[in-house]
Amino acid sequence: MISDDVKQQMREICARYPEPRSGTLLCLHLAQEQEGYITPEGIAAVAEVTGSKRDEIESVVTFYSMYFREPPGRYVVNVCTSISCYLGGCDHLLAHLEERLAVRRGETRADGRYTLRGVECLAACGMAPVLQVNGEFVERVTTESADALVDRLERGETVASAPGAWNVLADGRPQDTPTVSGASVAEDAAGSGRQQGEKAR
Amino acid sequence: MAETIDTVAHDEQQLPLGPSPKFVTANIDVPGIDRLEVYRDHGGYQALEKALKGYQPEQLVDAVKKSGLRGRGGAGFPTGMKWSFLAKNTGKPSYLIVNCDESEPGTFKDRMLMELLPHEIVEGTIIASYANGVHHAFIYVRGELAYSGVQMERAVEEARAAGYIGQNLLGSGFDLEITVARGAGAYICGEESALMESLEGKRGYPRLKPPFPAVVGLYGGPTVINNAETIATIPAIVRYGADVYAAYGTEKSKGTRVYCLSGHVNRPGNYELPLGTPLRTLIEDYGGGMRGGKALKAIIPGGSSVPFLLPDQLDTPLDFEGIAAAGSMLGSGGVIVFDEDTCIVGAVARMSEFYRDESCGKCTPCREGTFWLVQLLERLEHGEGKASDIELLNDICDNIAGKVFCPLGDAATMSITSSIRLFRDEYLHHVRTGGCLVGPGARRVAVAT
Repeated sequence: MISDDVKQQMREICARYPEPRSGTLLCLHLAQEQEGYITPEGIAAVAEVTGSKRDEIESVVTFYSMYFREPPGRYVVNVCTSISCYLGGCDHLLAHLEERLAVRRGETRADGRYTLRGVECLAACGMAPVLQVNGEFVERVTTESADALVDRLERGETVASAPGAWNVLADGRPQDTPTVSGASVAEDAAGSGRQQGEKAR
Repeated sequence: MAETIDTVAHDEQQLPLGPSPKFVTANIDVPGIDRLEVYRDHGGYQALEKALKGYQPEQLVDAVKKSGLRGRGGAGFPTGMKWSFLAKNTGKPSYLIVNCDESEPGTFKDRMLMELLPHEIVEGTIIASYANGVHHAFIYVRGELAYSGVQMERAVEEARAAGYIGQNLLGSGFDLEITVARGAGAYICGEESALMESLEGKRGYPRLKPPFPAVVGLYGGPTVINNAETIATIPAIVRYGADVYAAYGTEKSKGTRVYCLSGHVNRPGNYELPLGTPLRTLIEDYGGGMRGGKALKAIIPGGSSVPFLLPDQLDTPLDFEGIAAAGSMLGSGGVIVFDEDTCIVGAVARMSEFYRDESCGKCTPCREGTFWLVQLLERLEHGEGKASDIELLNDICDNIAGKVFCPLGDAATMSITSSIRLFRDEYLHHVRTGGCLVGPGARRVAVAT
């Protein structure tokens, strides 16, 4: 059910563009936030506010990989499997997570707790291997830090929104070595990303 | 090429900002630089004031031409020239799109700029809009980069509150609206015409060109599309002057760019360096050399869409011409380093999966071809390939490259054709032994037949 409030937000999004249809992608994101995935009601609401046909909205939904067409798990864990993460051992990480989360890649666990997916490059190649939990980054993941992360998710915690663990300084020289150990990766993801800059000063 | 580099090196003492200035990342480690107040304390929005009060739009276009700035998204097209191509007096509004849809494997600079220096992108967007007579600009942020999207939206709102976006900016009479848009998961939307389709609320299918976006673009109006890093460079060019920027780099590749270093090095990361910096300097001095003391096997210098280079090409200057002369492309600046234990067939198979997954499906050669390329590479990698598969790979690549609407198809073939050329023995080893030449899957003995 798309609430009147969300529909109003959708109308405001569409009003930012010369043509309301341009709001389609953001409105679908909103619909998915509200309902967990893209439902027929969500499509109908977006069609209404953008002045489009339902078929047109559905053709957009099926094109973009971020829209779920069935309910995903409470935690969606996306592991990057592109080349830099591949060189950094993402296949091993993904296999480890399959075992630890008891779900195969591309699937949602029967109890609806986890969806595990291998995804394409997430623009974090310098911090490989990398994953996202519900859209938030966890970088330089080891099997140990992955376990620590899963422990936190098991306790019902989430990964906070934060900048990446960038290791470049203004003089162009990096810090000696990325100091992130297994245990601190989860903490980094929890919101101390600015540490990098602070440490430098 | 070597002469050009030497010239710069010899003149180091005379360079206005020292040998290795940071035009884009100078303040990246200042805590809170992502907020307007701090950004302003460090000189932010001074370039905007200078541009709006001291320059006519055409003068800014000329300055950017003079700076020699070339697009940082991949193609390296001169930015000032792109701006000057924007059709005038068409009776339709013109638009600017900032392409923040970073998704090229090996590239992670735009995400860093959005997360840490969002105001630099906003300031560049405003100056570029003014220069091009654009009154509505769009910042298209890749859907997967949620935090980047939040940062860009907040920066735009802060800039609006400070009077940098809206009506009659700084008393100049210039009006501007900026909208932050979000993608939803599609590499193809980094291609400019697909991006415009996406911004219009449609599937991200590339358009046939011509007409080019500069003539018929977003909503049918003339449109300039620039990469996030390109736009983030504009404030520094205005602030320091085109001549200062152009004093760095090489004759045809001027200024600095942010190189993204990843793979088997000790210190992967983003390094802003003058164009023409040797690959060796980036990998050894900045990257701290090879991880675990292993030997270097191959380098991809511009994201996974460009051909491999070999260790004996380490002295190649990282500029458009130098890398092209070495047989590859500078592309997005994503430098991926492979050590001696990497099975090239496995790595190429992995890179090819990306293009199979991201092909939009519009053009048959790309849609079908990328699927078959992966099938063949997987077959070879897992010891079930035939020697004739190697020629078949080349043949399929030949049937994709240049025969599709957009560069994705060509990009899909680059690592395959170049690796067959440079590492054919390794492919043959897979055929002969059923295993890899190196790495965990190595097998030395020929398969009994």
